[in-house]
Amino acid sequence: MATINREKYEAVIGLEIHTHLLTKSKMFCGCSTEFGGVPNDHTCPICTAMPGALPVLNQHVIEIAVRAGLAAHCEVAPYSIFDRKSYFYPDLPKGYQISQYGTPVCKGGYIDLPPDKNGAPHRVRLVRIHLEEDAGKNIHEGGHSLVDLNRSGVPLLEIVSEPDIRSGAEAAAYVQEMRAILRYIDASDGRMEEGSLRCDCNVSVRPRGHKEFGVKTEIKNLNSFRFVEKAIEYEIDRQIDILESGGKITQETHLWDPVREVTRAMRSKEYANDYRYFPEPDLPPLIVPPDLVEAIRGEMPELPADRRARYIREFGLTPYEADVLTAEREVSDYFEATLSGLKNRKTAANWVMTEVLRIVRESGKSLAEAVPAPTEVGALLIMIEDLKISLNAAKTAFATMVKSGKSAEGTVAELGLAQVSDEGAIAEAIDRILAAETEKVNEYRAGRDKLFGFFVGQAMKAMGGKANPKVINDLLRKKLSG
Amino acid sequence: MAENKITLEMVKHVARLAHLQLSDVEQERLRADMDQMLGYVDKLNELDTSKVPPTAQVGEAGTPMRPDEVSNPSAQEAMLANAPAAERGYFKVPKIIE
Repeated sequence: MATINREKYEAVIGLEIHTHLLTKSKMFCGCSTEFGGVPNDHTCPICTAMPGALPVLNQHVIEIAVRAGLAAHCEVAPYSIFDRKSYFYPDLPKGYQISQYGTPVCKGGYIDLPPDKNGAPHRVRLVRIHLEEDAGKNIHEGGHSLVDLNRSGVPLLEIVSEPDIRSGAEAAAYVQEMRAILRYIDASDGRMEEGSLRCDCNVSVRPRGHKEFGVKTEIKNLNSFRFVEKAIEYEIDRQIDILESGGKITQETHLWDPVREVTRAMRSKEYANDYRYFPEPDLPPLIVPPDLVEAIRGEMPELPADRRARYIREFGLTPYEADVLTAEREVSDYFEATLSGLKNRKTAANWVMTEVLRIVRESGKSLAEAVPAPTEVGALLIMIEDLKISLNAAKTAFATMVKSGKSAEGTVAELGLAQVSDEGAIAEAIDRILAAETEKVNEYRAGRDKLFGFFVGQAMKAMGGKANPKVINDLLRKKLSG
Repeated sequence: MAENKITLEMVKHVARLAHLQLSDVEQERLRADMDQMLGYVDKLNELDTSKVPPTAQVGEAGTPMRPDEVSNPSAQEAMLANAPAAERGYFKVPKIIE
């Protein structure tokens, strides 16, 4: 592709996020929702569409939908109905998917993204959140296809945004924030690589300043933040390129090819959008009583945006630090659990962001498995704060604790890392040095400031390297000036 | 009945959606059948329902729900027992062409 004239155009992007819900059983039957497993093991007459089988709604699905609606500032519908969305494919045994069409369980709403690099806030409005069931899985091989219905009937939320997004990076930030919210409220495990959260992107471009939307294309089934960003950026360039060379955009569905990093059009299914929705006669209307909504509202956890704001306001963290610490709920909870008894929140923030997250990254394990309990890290941080150990000693102790799993106190004692802050002992050592080095003392007092470092080094050496450097500095300054 | 509400084109369209292959005779027979059904619905349309809220269901109000519990046993063998074809625990179906 030639150089793309991005300045002339504005991209308009709306996202549909599909997420599996954290329920033990399926949406309409008592089969397990566990990922993977022996093919067709988690199936029953209901999720394989045996004649006469009737769906019964899982109560927890509704609770999660209400939580998601409240978290995203939606209006929760007191009355909604389920619809049948008809299409024919072997992974959909009923020949229709139970979904919601005219009456989604949540309407409107918005989420606020963390401010971008320039500090600009960004709100993305939502059209709706509705409930539906997932289909099974097909494997195509040789002259036939194989069908696994374990996933058939697993509950999903579909979250539809307004076209408020203008770039691939913004789209990725939106997916990231929505995923964080869904994880904070225990709606979804957010495991994109397992397909439990995936994303369809509607992309169009228009000349800057124009009001009307251009013709859009849809990119299906993106399952990582990076793919969302790259696929959208590619698609924006592709569309501008077509328009600039006098062509027209065709409304079509694209797939992202992560290997070649291009989108390509799926074989056009001209009738694909004729789903012939109609009300599901097997399920009564979904009534969500106001007292249920209020009860759930009362139990809502703190959301990532609120936590970010609190970290900045109360702990004095930078927006970047607040962002890193709240992106994953486990990290944020871990950080907070290190704080007990600690005065300086910034120390803990730095420690979690650098030491803890580094170990997690390097080990490839989960946070809980990779690092010592947060209370032990907290104990270590208090020792730094109380000048009982140096920062370097703390790092040594932490590295040992990661391997041994032993307590902070035990490790510091075992490795003999405690530093001496006892002013008496340090003062004695300094007096000895100053008495032995009268010549240098005189030079220093005559103006050779550089000698200060020499005295610090001598004192530290005399203390076996374990003296608190701040105490040495303070005492030396006092004694040398007097 | 005045004119046909269901055209042959509509029948072909729906048949394509349902992956059905119909002969010309079948298409015309279905067209006539569907047309007759819509004629019946036309009869219902004579009633003035402008002040009646749409009814999705005639059962009792409220949503029967079940607790979120896994109550079904492992079912691979039982579910595949009646399958026309199976392989390695999967239902085996003719190749699906995109």
